[in-house]
Amino acid sequence: MSAVMITRKVRKWEKLPGKNTFCCDGRVMMARQKGVFYLTLFLIVGTCALFFAFECPYLAVHLSPAIPVFAALLFLFVMAMLLRTSFSDPGVLPRALPEEATFIEMEIEAANGNVPAGQRPPPRIRNVQINNQIVKLKYCYTCKIFRPPRASHCSICDNCVDRFDHHCPWVGNCVGKRNYRYFYLFTMSLSLLTIYIFTFDIVHVVMRSVDNGFLNTLKETPGTVLEVLVCFFTLWSVVGLTGFHTYLISLNQTTNEDIKGSWSGKNRVQNPYSHKNIIKNCCEVLCGPAYPSVLDRRGVMQEDSPVSATSAAPYSTSSSSSNPVPQTTKTTAPLIPNEHTPDDAKPSIAASAEKSPSPKEEHPPAPKVPPLASPETDAEASLTKDKTH
Amino acid sequence: MATEFHNLQELRHSASLVTKVFIQRDYSEGTVCRFQSKFPSELDNRIERTLLEETVKTLNSYYVEAEKIGGQSYLEGCLACATAYIIFLCMETRYEKVLKKISGYIQEQNEKIYAPRGLLLTDPIERGMRVLEISVFEDRGSGSSSPSSSMSSAGSSAR
Repeated sequence: MSAVMITRKVRKWEKLPGKNTFCCDGRVMMARQKGVFYLTLFLIVGTCALFFAFECPYLAVHLSPAIPVFAALLFLFVMAMLLRTSFSDPGVLPRALPEEATFIEMEIEAANGNVPAGQRPPPRIRNVQINNQIVKLKYCYTCKIFRPPRASHCSICDNCVDRFDHHCPWVGNCVGKRNYRYFYLFTMSLSLLTIYIFTFDIVHVVMRSVDNGFLNTLKETPGTVLEVLVCFFTLWSVVGLTGFHTYLISLNQTTNEDIKGSWSGKNRVQNPYSHKNIIKNCCEVLCGPAYPSVLDRRGVMQEDSPVSATSAAPYSTSSSSSNPVPQTTKTTAPLIPNEHTPDDAKPSIAASAEKSPSPKEEHPPAPKVPPLASPETDAEASLTKDKTH
Repeated sequence: MATEFHNLQELRHSASLVTKVFIQRDYSEGTVCRFQSKFPSELDNRIERTLLEETVKTLNSYYVEAEKIGGQSYLEGCLACATAYIIFLCMETRYEKVLKKISGYIQEQNEKIYAPRGLLLTDPIERGMRVLEISVFEDRGSGSSSPSSSMSSAGSSAR
């Protein structure tokens, strides 16, 4: 059959497993549930809009024009940090390709030896020594990898995330290695903005009341009441959160480790990642290198040419180098073609991959697990899901 | 060596993949990116030990350079913070510059050392920085029995 391949460029983000949504052709990456994120946006933008409308004209004239200018700068910084946190890749670890997964499985089986029938095989754990402490690396049944130290699987986004901190519904994304500093700067700048608005609301009401009386002031600027309410409740939670994360940063711990109590308690291992120096810990977390994303979201997927079974996609060192295998990880593993798939099966597999190019808005069926691995309830991920601020 | 390849092009078009060997990450120094220098036994008769170890050592040194926390990374971090990280939209970070150097290095190593021996290194960034994948090819023309070596030998020496 003379199949004409679809010429539309398929980018890699369309085939990524996991429960993320992508926008702007793969440039933006978020979790699926975005409702609370919109609420956050609305609260920040709404409160600041009220501040600029009601307070700023009066304060600029009676106190100083620097007040609204500084508020505007702070507002822009808060928005930039929020959008950076929400839209960036938190440090997602891509799932193992079939050959790597098989390689790891064989290593595990070799290490376990013969398990008598009817008995559960031992848990899949690898021990590594870091800074003279033994750290256990757990196996992730979904991603088919041994998780690097400090990585954890987020059940909401269905991804393993490096240096996983927590999944934050307020920013609509996981907080991990790549966006932790933006998250921290967001909470800190939001605390400052809240305190700033709250303070100048009070100053404004006091100044106006001296001239006009308290009730008249409230009638003239009804927005103030709303702002004070929002700021009051926000203050307690956001300032508390900033303080908590400052504490974590000074100890070089993640929220996930803190909740699980990985490094606390007398009989437990001491934190091997801490430099035992607050300044050094802060510098590493906040001023460390900016890690690049290992998910090539905008790379173009290359279709295997059905000419020969051995022509893998040309090896390219540019960043748009592609996976020679179209990832159809939403279906059962054996359907993934590789170099040994017979030629006639390939176009049909590629064509079925092409049928669902749209991003994750549709709900795909749960992926079936191949016979070797068995799913394991991820207790830590469910703990993280339950954490609210 | 049973097979001779003259360049990457020849390797791609005429060879068939036999197996893939994975060099795992070495976490003994923490979460910095570092690969194990243990020589996989499947490559015993394909490449000299020293060559592969040299490649891994050079790669590790590149990653150390990329992740170094020192004056330059502080400067970059503080400058970026002052501009609300908008500068990252225009400027390439140090890590990205080093990654480009790494992919150039891997390309060069493939052309000079690995392709003539029927091997192909994959840049770790394409595998999530988890493994250094080495594809082992067998020349179709030679027709010899493919050495699909048992991977359990690697498993027995697992850490």
